[in-house]
Amino acid sequence: MKLSIERGALLKAVSQAQSVVERRNTIPILANVLIEAEGEHVQFRATDLDIEVVDKTVAQVERAGATTVSAVTLHEIVRKLPDGALVTLTDDAAKGRLTVDAGRSNFSLATLPKEDFPVMASSEYDSNFSAPAPVLRRLFDKSKFAISTEETRYYLNGVYMHIADADGGQVLRCVATDGHRLARIDADLPDGASDMPGIIVPRKTVGELRKLLEDDDVQIAVSVSETKVRFATPEITLTSKVIDGTFPDYQRVIPAGNTRRLEVDASEFAKAVDRVSTVSSERSRAVKLSLDEDRLVLSVNSPDSGAAEEELAVAYGDERLEIGFNAKYLLEIASQVDRENAVFMFNSSGDPTLMREGNDTTAVYVVMPMRV
Amino acid sequence: MDCDAFYASVEKRDNPELADKPVIVGGGRRGVVSAACYVARIRGVKSAMPMFQALKKCPDAVVVKPRMDVYAAVSKEIRKMMEELTPAIEPLSLDEAFLDLRGTEKLHGHPPAVMLARLVKRMRDELGIGGSIGLSHNKFLAKIASDLDKPQGFAVIGQAETQQFLNDKPVRLIWGVGSTTQDALERAGIRLFSDLMRWEREDLHARFGSRGERLWHLARGQDKRRVSRNAPIKSISNETTFFEDTSDREILLGHLWRMCEKVTDRAKARELAGAVATLKLKTTKHGILTRRVTLRDPTQMAETLFQATKSLFDQLDHKQGYRLIGAGLSQLHPDTLADRTPDLLDPMAAQRATVERARDDIRKKFGSDAIIKGRSLR
Repeated sequence: MKLSIERGALLKAVSQAQSVVERRNTIPILANVLIEAEGEHVQFRATDLDIEVVDKTVAQVERAGATTVSAVTLHEIVRKLPDGALVTLTDDAAKGRLTVDAGRSNFSLATLPKEDFPVMASSEYDSNFSAPAPVLRRLFDKSKFAISTEETRYYLNGVYMHIADADGGQVLRCVATDGHRLARIDADLPDGASDMPGIIVPRKTVGELRKLLEDDDVQIAVSVSETKVRFATPEITLTSKVIDGTFPDYQRVIPAGNTRRLEVDASEFAKAVDRVSTVSSERSRAVKLSLDEDRLVLSVNSPDSGAAEEELAVAYGDERLEIGFNAKYLLEIASQVDRENAVFMFNSSGDPTLMREGNDTTAVYVVMPMRV
Repeated sequence: MDCDAFYASVEKRDNPELADKPVIVGGGRRGVVSAACYVARIRGVKSAMPMFQALKKCPDAVVVKPRMDVYAAVSKEIRKMMEELTPAIEPLSLDEAFLDLRGTEKLHGHPPAVMLARLVKRMRDELGIGGSIGLSHNKFLAKIASDLDKPQGFAVIGQAETQQFLNDKPVRLIWGVGSTTQDALERAGIRLFSDLMRWEREDLHARFGSRGERLWHLARGQDKRRVSRNAPIKSISNETTFFEDTSDREILLGHLWRMCEKVTDRAKARELAGAVATLKLKTTKHGILTRRVTLRDPTQMAETLFQATKSLFDQLDHKQGYRLIGAGLSQLHPDTLADRTPDLLDPMAAQRATVERARDDIRKKFGSDAIIKGRSLR
């Protein structure tokens, strides 16, 4: 195999590969990226056995062929090469080496045979549709903060993507929760998606997927089966196993009857929460919200470190309410609001609280209060 | 100061008919011996021995159910007597405590030895409880001395004779050196303190890590730990050894539940809550397995600890039987920080917590067996 490729294109392909490979793994080949050159393209493939990413890009292929080499090392080399450099990759199968030449820099890297590289079995997909990158970006960006890291509830370690019935008909919905907070984000149903089985997209896949969604003009081809999901742009194909488990019935924990309405400028609110929580102890992180006629007082009282208080002008017309939250959770949901005011719907100090942006019900957050 | 057969002595004191009889405190269906009086001990009964085995050795023994509240009250009385000697007291259990008597001779007009002899006499006269004294220049040696001529013992290890005293003693005398450490030491050719003396400090460190460092000091009778009145508690745990190894999940979970209850009872009594739950298992081959998980919120609820340790248990692949199971809480916080954020996905948790609090109240009033979970019968 021998090919030449511009440094920028190579870096993009290799960086996606190196983030998929597992840093600590016991199977040497899994640290490698499979490079396959044929015709006018070169393809970089990496896997951790749960996720596989394939990046196909144009290159000047002199001699077709394939080999595998350490993804992290190759990435480090390409990253350090000067911008605009032309990189030539030459495989010497007899010596088991891949040479990387760019200008006056020459590297020789150990390779492993391409036959040993595990290729994810292709599978049948039940549903194929396409969605604009910004739509998927919103669905996952606004839900991923609520993904649980609890190993015992592995079925919460991802975003539940499924078809749901909303007021205006069927929607494509993403839900994530860790039991403390929950995010439910809806998007218009893409054509051909209505028979998609619900899947739990693992946290790592969500992170990798994000890199495919940077470009606003790209359509993402989505394929879904009971066990796998695939997201593809013309260049990159990301295939992932989905979490084998049942996502809990989240609808019943989204409060429908909360009537006490607070409307507040989200960024002012977040800044104030951040300021008062400075004095809260590491473990506690509790912020108390005291609500009265158009007035919100945020306070922290920590016996060890001190106290803080800040008042905000808000829209609130219900009876007095005192309710505590973990400051981190409040900040996280407040930062999801980007256009309008944050609207909180409370019931009592012990019940889940709902938050949304203005009257937009396509992005709904639930946060559990904390005893203060 | 270490009381002699404390639980059994209290029982004999309160029921003079038992005075000359072998008395075993303990019981329960899968009971083990909690304490045995000296009459029973002569017949071969030991603490932690399964009850059936103890009764085989001593069929005429009178088995008494433990009355922890009574023992706690007596312990408090003893504590009061000790307080008159020094404020620097570090209790190890209900019946055992370190006392730091440095600098008290001027105050009392008598050296520590005299005051300690008076203490045990007072305990015997006023409370009817015997105790043994170990007097030395640090905690490590005092503890060893207190075991030297039990019951009603009084042993002194002076600074000058420390080395000579230790040399021919086995290293298992060191508190915390169990069978595993003993085996490791034996493999290194260390059985007696004199064996330990032959090792360079660096070599012990290289072989046994920080534990080796400690051994080097202890071999020379050096122990700098202070007698601290309120040693902060770092963790609370409880474990139980079965009288028959088992791999039966139901039985193991029954034991686990009881351990969780004991741990959380203590956490509640001390107004503490733990953020990390630990499961400990000892396999038939004496391999120790520990697994821990950080909880969403610090807890002092038995149910929460049980659910957490149970799911740790279910994550293991059980290839063998077990001889011990234990549960623990660590990273302790004041209980004002406990169980503050309810779980959205577990709306029943609040009810379960209410049930547990109510159950605790009932147990406080009518005794710890007044109300139990079905699973504790397994």
